[in-house]
Amino acid sequence: MLWVDKHRPRALDKVIVHEEIAQNLKMLVSEQDCPHLLFYGPTGSGRKTLVMALLKQMFGTSAEKVKLENKNWKIDTGTRTIEVELTTLSSTNHVELNPSDAGFQDRYVVQEIIKEMAKSRPIDAKGKKGFKVLVLNEVDKLSREAQHSLRRTMEKYSSSCRLILCCSSSSKVTEAVRSRCLNIRVNAPTNDQIIRVLEFIAKKEKLQLPSTLAARIAVQSNRSLRKAILSFETCKVQNYPFTDDQVVPPMDWEQYVCEIVSDIMKEQSPKRLFLVRGKLYELLINCIPPGFILKNLLSELLKKLDDELKHEVCHWAAHYEHRMQLGQKAIFHLEAFVAKFMSIYKEFLIATFG
Amino acid sequence: MQNSQPWVEKYRPRKVKDVAHQDEVVRVLTNTLETADCPHMLFYGPPGTGKTTTALAISHQLFGPELYKTRVLELNASDDRGINVVRTKIKDFASVAVSTGHHPGPYPCPPFKIIILDEADSMTEDAQNALRRTMETYSKVTRFIFICNYISRIIEPLASRCAKFRFKSLPDDILSTRVLHVCNEENLHLDTKSLSTLGSISQGDLRRAITYLQSAARLYGSSISSENLISVSGIIPQVVVETLFNVCKVGNFDDADAEVSNIIAEGYPVSQMFSQLFELIVGSDDISDEQKAKICKRMAEADKCLIDGANEYLQLMDVASFTMRVLSNMSQQMCF
Repeated sequence: MLWVDKHRPRALDKVIVHEEIAQNLKMLVSEQDCPHLLFYGPTGSGRKTLVMALLKQMFGTSAEKVKLENKNWKIDTGTRTIEVELTTLSSTNHVELNPSDAGFQDRYVVQEIIKEMAKSRPIDAKGKKGFKVLVLNEVDKLSREAQHSLRRTMEKYSSSCRLILCCSSSSKVTEAVRSRCLNIRVNAPTNDQIIRVLEFIAKKEKLQLPSTLAARIAVQSNRSLRKAILSFETCKVQNYPFTDDQVVPPMDWEQYVCEIVSDIMKEQSPKRLFLVRGKLYELLINCIPPGFILKNLLSELLKKLDDELKHEVCHWAAHYEHRMQLGQKAIFHLEAFVAKFMSIYKEFLIATFG
Repeated sequence: MQNSQPWVEKYRPRKVKDVAHQDEVVRVLTNTLETADCPHMLFYGPPGTGKTTTALAISHQLFGPELYKTRVLELNASDDRGINVVRTKIKDFASVAVSTGHHPGPYPCPPFKIIILDEADSMTEDAQNALRRTMETYSKVTRFIFICNYISRIIEPLASRCAKFRFKSLPDDILSTRVLHVCNEENLHLDTKSLSTLGSISQGDLRRAITYLQSAARLYGSSISSENLISVSGIIPQVVVETLFNVCKVGNFDDADAEVSNIIAEGYPVSQMFSQLFELIVGSDDISDEQKAKICKRMAEADKCLIDGANEYLQLMDVASFTMRVLSNMSQQMCF
């Protein structure tokens, strides 16, 4: 089992990083009732861990017994029937799903599943009617229509089910949905907190962790706890006992981006652009999200540039990233950015050195 | 599940005269209650000022609980409201005749039905056009109430058929009295500082104020500080916004980059950041008007990009770098 999963805190009491949020959540569900919740924060900050711990707090250990189901939903819209296939993760008391997987049909999924859940309401030992919890991931990727129909559904079935929504940026969730939920911001852990977690894991695994190494892992992780723990584990596999000056291996695709950047910096010509295109394709084939590639390209480029160029490159990166969201093919926009950069850089070189 | 009812519903005024701060509307409608006649109406104004409340209250007061179901049709944006619905559902409901006989009980029960179209500005133009004739044909037996935020999105022919009422945004003192009323009922303790915070973060929107209050009460118990309110509202603490602005003023790119990364890592929503930064920039004294205008223009563009789904870090960085260039009078044209 990966350390990331092995050492994931299972209960709200055991959470190390967001203690305050955990305590508040505990208080919130102590009355056997809770409002709809919206967790937002960057990736690797521990949103999911908090949600799982919260479910355990609400329903006890039964929340951990989950089964994976691949369900086919047949939805009758009046004029035609739509078939949607979706993977759900469910226990007796909760269902978890990724509605954005359904693409443009997400709206029907949201309505239909909540309706079905509301029909099969669990009854506890005392005969009291309980409620089910529906965990929706990546709500920010839901289409506008789906979000609109979500808000009506939230109100209509609020007596029999509670929603827990997770997303990485709450700007993309409509105001109407946000105002119906209790918003909880989960910030990325600070470097000190990451170090504390790493030391905690080291103790559990009975390892000697030099503090300088821990600090370096934390800095390199860019405040993502998941990444920090993963690279900690890689370090362990590569070389144990740890040495003070051990190299923390970067993710291989990040290294690849670095290579691309040094290629671009060395020569600016159509020939080089062609070479870079192959490498970009390579990254895309390996399922690295194009947004990540562009952002990493930018941050690597920024390290090597003069101040006056930084503004400009930054502007164009934002420009092409926006276009990428509107367009269909990511490669065009990545390549356009590289070409733009090459032309800017070349002109800059000519202007400075003649 | 009584306790899970949102407070906005629980404390929604049930009578027209209880609606806060909208004196003219209340006066006209009280008159309506006496004469049992009313024109088509169009309520417009910012959210959380009592438009829906007023519409519901007047229909309840006119018809009472028994007749309400048969006489009032309420449609809002979550229901399907394309042109088909106008042609079938609304038309069917509008065309049904009503009995003119006098009903026993304290309610006036005038001989017409009411159709409430909530959030009418999100109706398509076709659907609105289809309504024109329907409104006139059945005006003997049906009254329409349109509710919207932006009157400019209602087509002129519809607007001219209605009596228009503008709902004013609530001033702080009236907002505070309503909030304090809720606090008393719910046994909450709220000091003056948090009360004024609540006033400023809700910006005259009573519904938002009460929702924040309820969330804070749920999360932090009965004694609420202004920090608690800020944390549930999703407002970014002012000091964060000011730090970013100051970094931009100094004009060091790498510092700004670090600050922006920090803001993203803390999980603050960037669209919120823009609106708060906007207020700060517009309000600051040491920037010239031209500079302000330029920065605001770029911010508007970036906001649009965010709605299209662009990366938050890149957009905020773009705005920050542009602000730096404007403030240090660097050329804003791309030089290369």
